[in-house]
Amino acid sequence: MAHGVSVLALLVVLGTSTLARAQEQELPVSEVAPKIFVHVGEVALMTRENDGATANVGFIVGDKAVAVIDTGGSVREGERLLAAIRARTDKPIRYVINTHGHPDHVFGNAAFVGSGTVFVGHWNLPQALAVRGPFYTDAFRRIMGEQLMEGVRMIAPTLLVDGTTKLDLGSRTLTVTSWPTAHSDNDLTVLDEQTGTLFAGDLLFLAHIPVLDGSLRGWLKVTDELGTLPAQRVVPGHGPVSEWPGALADQRRYLTKLAADIRALIARGEPITAAASTAAASERPVWQLFEDYNARNATSAYSEIEWE
Amino acid sequence: MPGRRFRLFFVASALCSAIVLGAQIAPAATPGANDPWPGLVQDIFNNRPMNDGAEVIGIEMPYRAEDAAIVPVTLRTRLSPGDNRRVLRITLVIDQNPAPMAAKFELGPDANVTEISTRVRVNNYTDVHAVAELSDGKLYMTKTYVKASGGCSAPAAKNAVEAKNRLGQMRYRQFARSGQGPASGTREAQIMIGHPSHSGLQMDQVTQLYIPAFFVNELRLWQDDSLVLAMEGGISISEDPNIRFTYASNGAKRFRAEARDTEGHVFQKEWNVEDSGM
Repeated sequence: MAHGVSVLALLVVLGTSTLARAQEQELPVSEVAPKIFVHVGEVALMTRENDGATANVGFIVGDKAVAVIDTGGSVREGERLLAAIRARTDKPIRYVINTHGHPDHVFGNAAFVGSGTVFVGHWNLPQALAVRGPFYTDAFRRIMGEQLMEGVRMIAPTLLVDGTTKLDLGSRTLTVTSWPTAHSDNDLTVLDEQTGTLFAGDLLFLAHIPVLDGSLRGWLKVTDELGTLPAQRVVPGHGPVSEWPGALADQRRYLTKLAADIRALIARGEPITAAASTAAASERPVWQLFEDYNARNATSAYSEIEWE
Repeated sequence: MPGRRFRLFFVASALCSAIVLGAQIAPAATPGANDPWPGLVQDIFNNRPMNDGAEVIGIEMPYRAEDAAIVPVTLRTRLSPGDNRRVLRITLVIDQNPAPMAAKFELGPDANVTEISTRVRVNNYTDVHAVAELSDGKLYMTKTYVKASGGCSAPAAKNAVEAKNRLGQMRYRQFARSGQGPASGTREAQIMIGHPSHSGLQMDQVTQLYIPAFFVNELRLWQDDSLVLAMEGGISISEDPNIRFTYASNGAKRFRAEARDTEGHVFQKEWNVEDSGM
């Protein structure tokens, strides 16, 4: 009897651990609109502990095919996203769309290289990856460790978007749009018109302080243009899925304040180092990761605005 | 000649990286064993002895490079007013960058430049050295340490289109120094040059060719015909080179700048000095 119980216990233990492993492999996603699945990334810096899984990633399932929107901050995250897709559909992955070239959005690309999958990006993304790729892989080996960086490759898009491109998934058409320099110089958005769902990439941050790696003035302009898109909800690059276009308000206020403070500092003849410590200080309580990015945003904005 | 020197530094740094890489595989290596500085002293300063520069030159940089492409650096001379030595030139070296010699500044003999601020690219965790050569013929060194930036920051262009459009634009700005009216003769000014400053280390994805290095390698500033400051620059200087500095006015009414880049462009401009004060 005792023997039977221990065998049973062993089976239970084995069973749960297998189950646990399967669940762990699958990236948790939620269905934010019919057949649109999103994993909301942790509002954090990319680390060894979080697999670099800080950006929002997702996928859209049509009648014939699947489109993946961003692949995450490591091949491990990319593989977990793939597992989440395969748990829900066996349709082929026709497109992997990279909203831009930052590590937390493209490091998982290698998990999706396979027959028939086309990588889609902004016309300037190949250049951005070429220029930054080697630096990113070196830097993140240092930050996330050799093991997590294993297999990370810069995979440049072959379908380049300049303006607007329509992607057909079978009874479902996605509108992919390239934008002028804003958050970065290679930002794309993806709109599913059927459900009014906009994937804004890092053109929109919520809760996570906006990170400037392009043009502050360009971003303010693009923020206004984005507001006219016919969407009901937005999947930002970072932060919760939210209502459209109300979700733009916090970011617009931060960027406007940053620009105003920088202009005032420059007019007073203050040096760039003063910008890092004082600009947009009133926004500190509103945003997570403020200490990690605000000084950087201010430094970058100063070097742009002083040319006005 | 600058081209040859640049290649030399590149080779030296490539060798250094190979050594660093080797040491990372063997974690038992003692810290400091991979320090590129001794090699750089040999390559850049011909192994001349380095004296303690604490009383001669100061270097200020943020402890963390917030934006890898734009890291502010300020150099300040510290010679006391009674010291009859003069700073002839200051060399800025970012040890772990692909081209460590960031800039060499030559200070005009009559301009009394005491402060120079510029912006540099920082690729890695690195020591940054400032070496002043004085009129006593000796070198004086001081250093600081900068942590590389994290996240998506990279020592690369953020807005390639804009950078191209600005090529060759030059701006001059004069600042009021608090507590130092025109009567003191001390001025603070800034020169900005629009230039994409390509490092030449990246491959064009479309052509599979390396994008040639393209940067400002020479900048000279004068008040009338008297040299204020000259800079010999490399790829570690940020895009749109920007130099803010103090100098002693000689009463000149005109301020003049001339920059050259690696493709042989010459950019020249001159401005009226506001309130020359003499």
